[in-house]
Amino acid sequence: MEIPALTESTYYILLSLYHPQHGYGIMQQTEELSGGRVHLAAGTLYGALTSLCEKGWIRPLPMESGSRKKEYQLTADGLQVLKGELARLQQLVANGESILREEGL
Amino acid sequence: MNKTKKVFKIFFVWDFEKEERWLNQMAMEGWVLEEVSFFGYTFRRCEPGEYILRLEMNPSEDYRRFVEELGAEFIGSIVNWCYFRRKAELGSFDLLSDIDSRITHLDRIGRMLALICLANLIMGVTNSLDQARFGLLNLLCAALLSYALGRIHGSKAALEQERTLHE
Repeated sequence: MEIPALTESTYYILLSLYHPQHGYGIMQQTEELSGGRVHLAAGTLYGALTSLCEKGWIRPLPMESGSRKKEYQLTADGLQVLKGELARLQQLVANGESILREEGL
Repeated sequence: MNKTKKVFKIFFVWDFEKEERWLNQMAMEGWVLEEVSFFGYTFRRCEPGEYILRLEMNPSEDYRRFVEELGAEFIGSIVNWCYFRRKAELGSFDLLSDIDSRITHLDRIGRMLALICLANLIMGVTNSLDQARFGLLNLLCAALLSYALGRIHGSKAALEQERTLHE
């Protein structure tokens, strides 16, 4: 299954959902992991969660009674996508390093 | 000193970013949006810079709840345009940040405008054929809406151009 490159937001959302997490948690974790560089906006995150659920890469967890916050978790398919993306990124980094190193940088 | 004030102001649909900037400027000056109605904005006194305001065209109830989960307050809505505010102390507050979601947003606005435009066009034509008085008015509305659609498409094209280089 060939999957096009993920956006930075999608990559971090999937990564954050390795452990179950609600919307606010995903935002905080993404910001923390990226050292404050990647900030997920509410609408962006909402749209991404909806389409990732449709693709079956993540799934909503059953709501516990009394809790108002919906939680999500990565699925097995989602994990495969994430691993594929990691391999792609590793190739990008390796290529960049090998070429720039020739210039003695 | 008055604790609330009502301001009448007209923004065109393609100027929603300008409207948002104006609402945030008001909040910086110590007036936070409390209520919205057609072209009418009710403000309440607040600490200058206490709130960040955001607006978005999104009819989904589920989405409103989602934004509220993130610590924001839903102020009100006018034809699917939702107004939110959040305390600035909670950190930066954005609804749409990356290019893709801004394009999706413009698509949503475009679809709504196209629908109302078509309705006005049909009413305009049938009313004109019936020699009703409002026929011309409907056609005028349709013309204005087409112009708005053009503006929205223009903004979208600019974003798509930008996306070819980065996300």
